[in-house]
Amino acid sequence: MEERQFFDEMLDESGGARAPYRDLAKWLEGKNPAELKKKSREAEVIFRRLGITFAVYGTSEATERLIPFDIMPRIISASEWRRLSAGIDQRVKALNAFLHDIYHRQEIIRAGRVPADLVIQNEAFLPEMIGFTPPAKVYAHIIGTDIVRVGANEFYVLEDNTRTPSGVSYMLENRETMMRLFPELFRTHRVAPVEHYPDLLKETLKSVAPDGVDDPTICVLTPGIFNSAYFEHAFLADTMGAELVEGRDLYVEGGKVWMRTTRTPQQVHVIYRRIDDAFLDPLTFRPESMLGVPGLFDAYRAGNVTICNAPGTGIADDKAIYAYVPDIIEFYTGQKPILNNVPTWNCAKEDDLKYVLDHLAEVVVKEVHGSGGYGMLIGPTSSKRELAEFRKRLEANPKNYIAQPTLSLSTCPTHSSSGVAPRHVDLRPYVLVGDKVRITPGGLTRVALKKGSLVVNSSQGGGTKDTWVLED
Amino acid sequence: MLGRTASSLFWMSRYNERAENMTRLLEVAYRIAMTPRYASDAEEDWRSTLVSAGCCSGFEEKYSEFTQKNAINFLLFDQDNPSSVRSSIEQARHNARSVRTAITSEMWESLNETYIGFSEVRPQHMSDDKLPDFLNWVKQRAMLFRGALLGTLMRNDGYYFSQLGAFIERADNTARILDVKYWILLPDNEVIGGSLDTYQWSTILRSVSANRSYRHAYRDSSLKAFNVAEFLILRKEMPRSLAYCYDWIEDCMADLTEGYGEKLLSHDMAIDTHGILTQQTMEEIFQSGLHEFLTDFIARNNGLSHQLSADYNFA
Repeated sequence: MEERQFFDEMLDESGGARAPYRDLAKWLEGKNPAELKKKSREAEVIFRRLGITFAVYGTSEATERLIPFDIMPRIISASEWRRLSAGIDQRVKALNAFLHDIYHRQEIIRAGRVPADLVIQNEAFLPEMIGFTPPAKVYAHIIGTDIVRVGANEFYVLEDNTRTPSGVSYMLENRETMMRLFPELFRTHRVAPVEHYPDLLKETLKSVAPDGVDDPTICVLTPGIFNSAYFEHAFLADTMGAELVEGRDLYVEGGKVWMRTTRTPQQVHVIYRRIDDAFLDPLTFRPESMLGVPGLFDAYRAGNVTICNAPGTGIADDKAIYAYVPDIIEFYTGQKPILNNVPTWNCAKEDDLKYVLDHLAEVVVKEVHGSGGYGMLIGPTSSKRELAEFRKRLEANPKNYIAQPTLSLSTCPTHSSSGVAPRHVDLRPYVLVGDKVRITPGGLTRVALKKGSLVVNSSQGGGTKDTWVLED
Repeated sequence: MLGRTASSLFWMSRYNERAENMTRLLEVAYRIAMTPRYASDAEEDWRSTLVSAGCCSGFEEKYSEFTQKNAINFLLFDQDNPSSVRSSIEQARHNARSVRTAITSEMWESLNETYIGFSEVRPQHMSDDKLPDFLNWVKQRAMLFRGALLGTLMRNDGYYFSQLGAFIERADNTARILDVKYWILLPDNEVIGGSLDTYQWSTILRSVSANRSYRHAYRDSSLKAFNVAEFLILRKEMPRSLAYCYDWIEDCMADLTEGYGEKLLSHDMAIDTHGILTQQTMEEIFQSGLHEFLTDFIARNNGLSHQLSADYNFA
């Protein structure tokens, strides 16, 4: 009874394989556990040698760790993908229109569709951006839309990640690894390629270069070698043929941004930054920041450099704004949202708070500004004590929290110590917005490796899978 | 290219070269310790190895006795010793990691695998019988990296900075090895001859992997102090000689000058030093003093390294 509680992406109700998984299921029948185990170990060796690691904060030893990789692919059919990508396209266009609006005329607030103080008093809202229009009116260029599936045709957007979404390098390396491990599967499946993502990223960044710059110098701005996603920063710069820079490699002179090179300084036109707003420019934002570039924001406002994503995009993926995204889509596109939003209780509202406190054991509670799965409560899997402790925190500072029903995340076949078994997954497709919207078919599937667990974050014991979108 | 990138490429190769040279020094020292007939004073032998490695004072701060165990630990595994094999491997990888975009995946993977393999070795489990194999493995790893670099890296300024790091380090290493034992190379000593001296000379040659090539380079293949010194200082066929290193260094500097369209002070310095190595004869060097010559060379070589980082904005 219990196992039918969740949507199984591979097996239908009668235990037969669903269409996209038919060939994989057949292939799997011919594999014994020892073979799969061997492949799984091979995969680990590949990842370790490539140095695909992420840093773990708060551990003194071994600061570099691997994210566990699961060798079973997650498969999405062509028709499923068409619907998903149409929904994502609609969503990212609406969010960019929203960003332009709130930093200009604020029509949506005047129309009463989004409360003013939710925007204006939001920490992620940057008054410095008011009245400024970035090239092509695009604010969020690189977006990772977190999606969960709960039924055959039911997809929910969990988060929009419009700041500096990470993980795309895993999407690419996972695919490379799978092609090395299981070439025979790629002969029997028409898997849509993802390897052109760096080209798409470069085209996107080029398309938003300052006016009149045909051949822009592009760089990736990283906080440095000790950042948890450093591997990815280097990977993206390398695959795009762009320069990988730290704040100290750049300076502003004459309203322009320059790289400190071996001899003649070189002007920079587009910065794909992987550092947060607050650290971008110590003259405009946090003064103690050593990661940023003094004067960068002025050069940006003068139109001499494009920062991607734009400062102040965080307001679009704010957890409190999230509840209004269906309204935002309707307001700017005039269409109904294609993808569902998860119903959200805003604990700042009295009625909502009361409901959440009454149903704490059934819901998921998240911090408004939290990320990475830290500081959240999953009601159904928490102990009485954990519930009681969280209740206190929630009552003390309700504005800091939102709550959502616990979603029945779909499961995918996953390699485990006891053979292939269903585990819960989510999906993060990567979307690029420039002169047009470019969506790479697939994305990063995160999987909760622990049996029954619904938390897919790598910091909480999650792993990743290669994600296949099949072509017709 | 970023100044910081140039710096990292320079130091990446320099530390890789250092890891290899340290390992070779250890191999030779270990061999001496295995042949007690010649190792009249084991402590003195380890001391001179530490001096050649340029880390004797660091050792003395930490240890009071020049035992084999202490010396191997310090030179191979000690993270407090900035020139230990471990530190060198870590520094090479650290520099490579911060310029991942400027090197090839083959280069990165070879350094990263060395680092992983080295990290898995526990110093306390490094018994005498395992040491030679392990040292050999480290040396081969360093050579693999160099091969990956030569076979895959674009021939642009990054390549030249990287090669400069390697050859400045190599020249420093060879000069130090010679200077520590310079007195046994003095022609006066040749009269004394004897098996102990022959043994010392062959030790020097081994320290730079030249024991066999020496016999081919000199028709009269018996070991002579004069020839050993000449081989390691002036002979261009010998890939670890000072003259060979400066052939490379001057070429690299010329390529940089051409690429940047600007001749800087570091290039002049390289030309000067190279000139000394091509114009002087071994007789002249002995006449004006071998030790003085080597000391001067080490200072010049160091000076070039500093000027290079000033000229090209190494951050």
